[in-house]
Amino acid sequence: MEKYLNEFLVNEEGKVKKIEAEGKIKRRLFDMGVTPGANIRLKKLAPLGDPIEVTIRGYELTLRKDEANKILMEVVK
Amino acid sequence: MKFALAGNPNCGKTTLFNTLTGSTAHVGNWPGVTVDKREGTYKKLGEKIDIVDLPGIYSLSPYTPEEVVSRNFIVDEHPDCIINVVDATNLERNLYLTTQLLEIDVPVIIALNMIDVVRQRGTTILVQELESKLNVPVVEISALKGEGIDAMMKKAYSCARVKRVGQTVIENKDLVNLIEKTKDEFAGKVSSPLFHAIKLIENDELEVKNHQDILADVKTMKNRIDTGDFAGDFEAVVADERYKYITKNFEKTIIRKNGEEKETKSDKIDKVLTHRIWSIPIFLVIMFFVFHLVFSEDLFFLNSIFGLEVSSKGWVNFFTGMGYEDLLAEALEAGEAFTGISIPSPGVFLQSWMGWLTGSVIDLVAGVLPEGTWYTGFIVDGFLTGIDSIFSFIPQVLLLFLFISILEDSGYMARVAFIMDRAFRKFGLSGKSFIPLLMGFGCSVPAMIATKTLEDEKERDLTIRLTPFFSCGAKAPIWAMLASVVAGHFLGDIFVFSIYLFGIVIAIVAAIIMKVFGKTKEVPPFIMELPAYHRPQAKNLLAHLWEKFKHFLYKASTIITASIILIWFLSNFGWAFWKGMVEIEDSILADLGRVLKVVFYPLGWAMGADGWKYSVASITGLIAKEDVVATMASLGLEEGTISLSNAAIYAFAVYNLFTLPCFAAVATAKSESSKKGFRVTIAWWLTASYVISLAVYWVGKLCELSWIVGLLVILVLIAAIVLVGLYASGKLKAKEAK
Repeated sequence: MEKYLNEFLVNEEGKVKKIEAEGKIKRRLFDMGVTPGANIRLKKLAPLGDPIEVTIRGYELTLRKDEANKILMEVVK
Repeated sequence: MKFALAGNPNCGKTTLFNTLTGSTAHVGNWPGVTVDKREGTYKKLGEKIDIVDLPGIYSLSPYTPEEVVSRNFIVDEHPDCIINVVDATNLERNLYLTTQLLEIDVPVIIALNMIDVVRQRGTTILVQELESKLNVPVVEISALKGEGIDAMMKKAYSCARVKRVGQTVIENKDLVNLIEKTKDEFAGKVSSPLFHAIKLIENDELEVKNHQDILADVKTMKNRIDTGDFAGDFEAVVADERYKYITKNFEKTIIRKNGEEKETKSDKIDKVLTHRIWSIPIFLVIMFFVFHLVFSEDLFFLNSIFGLEVSSKGWVNFFTGMGYEDLLAEALEAGEAFTGISIPSPGVFLQSWMGWLTGSVIDLVAGVLPEGTWYTGFIVDGFLTGIDSIFSFIPQVLLLFLFISILEDSGYMARVAFIMDRAFRKFGLSGKSFIPLLMGFGCSVPAMIATKTLEDEKERDLTIRLTPFFSCGAKAPIWAMLASVVAGHFLGDIFVFSIYLFGIVIAIVAAIIMKVFGKTKEVPPFIMELPAYHRPQAKNLLAHLWEKFKHFLYKASTIITASIILIWFLSNFGWAFWKGMVEIEDSILADLGRVLKVVFYPLGWAMGADGWKYSVASITGLIAKEDVVATMASLGLEEGTISLSNAAIYAFAVYNLFTLPCFAAVATAKSESSKKGFRVTIAWWLTASYVISLAVYWVGKLCELSWIVGLLVILVLIAAIVLVGLYASGKLKAKEAK
């Protein structure tokens, strides 16, 4: 099943399919290891519901839902 | 020889730098940008080796000043060796930067830092394997424990003598072909042709700009390559290749003992500190204690709650920096018995002793110099008093900074940004700007320095611009004095509270205005690592504080001292200055006040015979905000002699809240903002204070004439603000939709 990272539920895990962001945001995502094939697990939401915290490539990354909305995922579990 | 340290943020580079260079470290700015440049020397190898600490970066793309600085340094200044510091606990992402560094024609060695933590977890990293894969030396170190450092330096030293040609990890045949061809076009034109070639293929902004001639060829070549899912996005193709290489090769070099899935210490701490409900209250409590320990006169409320006071001469002198006699005299004057004092917080305690120290020096010098001459006045009242006003707030500034550094080093600050980001985004700021703004309630100087952690230059400028609106500690005496004047009419504490609130409200409104009418449409991205928690290192903290202290003294003190001496001159001499010193009423400053009175006239408080005195007080307030009160007192304006209406008093308070902060803060703003941003900031402070003070006075005046009319006007104003806000948010949405 495909969906965007911002639609993930806590503890849901998936593989990155495609990055739809542009420019600075795209570059930044790549630099942080968010590239096609990378495994991401949604760890938690901030108290106000946004941003989100994910585990990727063995470390903790936080990003906003706006940005997560540009990361297309293949749900694994 | 010159070695450069390069690595991701949070990889322990700073600790390594401090271990290598010890006391030789010094900090400057990279030319043209506000990124710190730290340099020092390593002396244990016979030859002195310069160590340059490059800013922490995740890649060599040109999107942040840090990245540009690091890249230019490595590519153009040819260090003899790059020591790539890699966090061994987070190998995968850290090696991404490594794959880029390897493409440059400079010797590289890899320092696997935090190897002690890795071993503790029972994990082994196969160093030889890594070495043979990467084709550069790999050494295991622990910067924290000082393990393997000298061995690393020896290896780097021998590496630096052998020329190295850049290599790439990219394996895709078509891509390798393309890279080779592009590299050939660069050959002879630049150093590190491989690096430039790959960056140009990635459509890197800087390369595209600098090598238009080659670009066309590269484009045609690119068109012939089928990139499958990536649809011609070579930036993605290259990044993908790098990570593929890393996952393929390095999974095998790490041997984990026990599955790793175990909950880490950081996870446990985060369960509490980023808890959905408790995180915000916990954060507020932490910040409260930070402020309490720096600014409170009554430590842990021991006096207010338990009635704990000290009254013996020895202890009072100890806690107040030899202030017993003064307190006694004060009590006597007020006709009360001296009962004792509360135990102060460390910040207040240190400040008292700093006051004692500078006071003693001034007394000493004043005692030696002949009385009443102009040069005694210059040295004592001008120069030394100026120095004193800088030093008087240094203990609290440094202590506040120490606490913030502890929070930052531990990894908590990143969590604060995570917790608060949502609330701040609406105003065009990110969660990271919350800390600097909050610190503004203490002192603008450390607050503005703290904006260093903001990546986006615009956000940094905006945060600096708003900082003084959060009424700082030095402004409190002004509100206290004015409150005592208006207290006859309504409650003083409500007056003071309303000033603080007013500042916050205006800051929010201002942020929205700047967001809506600003030229940037792009919100700075918030994609940030939440580093593992670790215990802050005393050595790092002290080095950090010492740097800040030097930086502040060096950068700010020149401007501050010069300004203070200027104001001293203006307030002690008349136009015929060769005739000697005069009373302040006859000084140049008084005349300036009389001129400025005309400018300030519409604001209410400059009307009447005393008008010039208020103008003068707001000028001397630039030295230190508490000087507003001191100047007014010396001009005979105190409770009982102030004849302003409430509206004018409020307008005066508001003016001083929003106008230029003290010189120290202005100097800090200058060194932390962009050049253009700083000019806008100054204009912004001057305009905002004038306009707001004007509005406050006339609305207040109306209220005094007729409550109903006044109330109506206030409602109309609020309605207007709401309407503008609605219009603005609509416009913003339209902007975002684009």
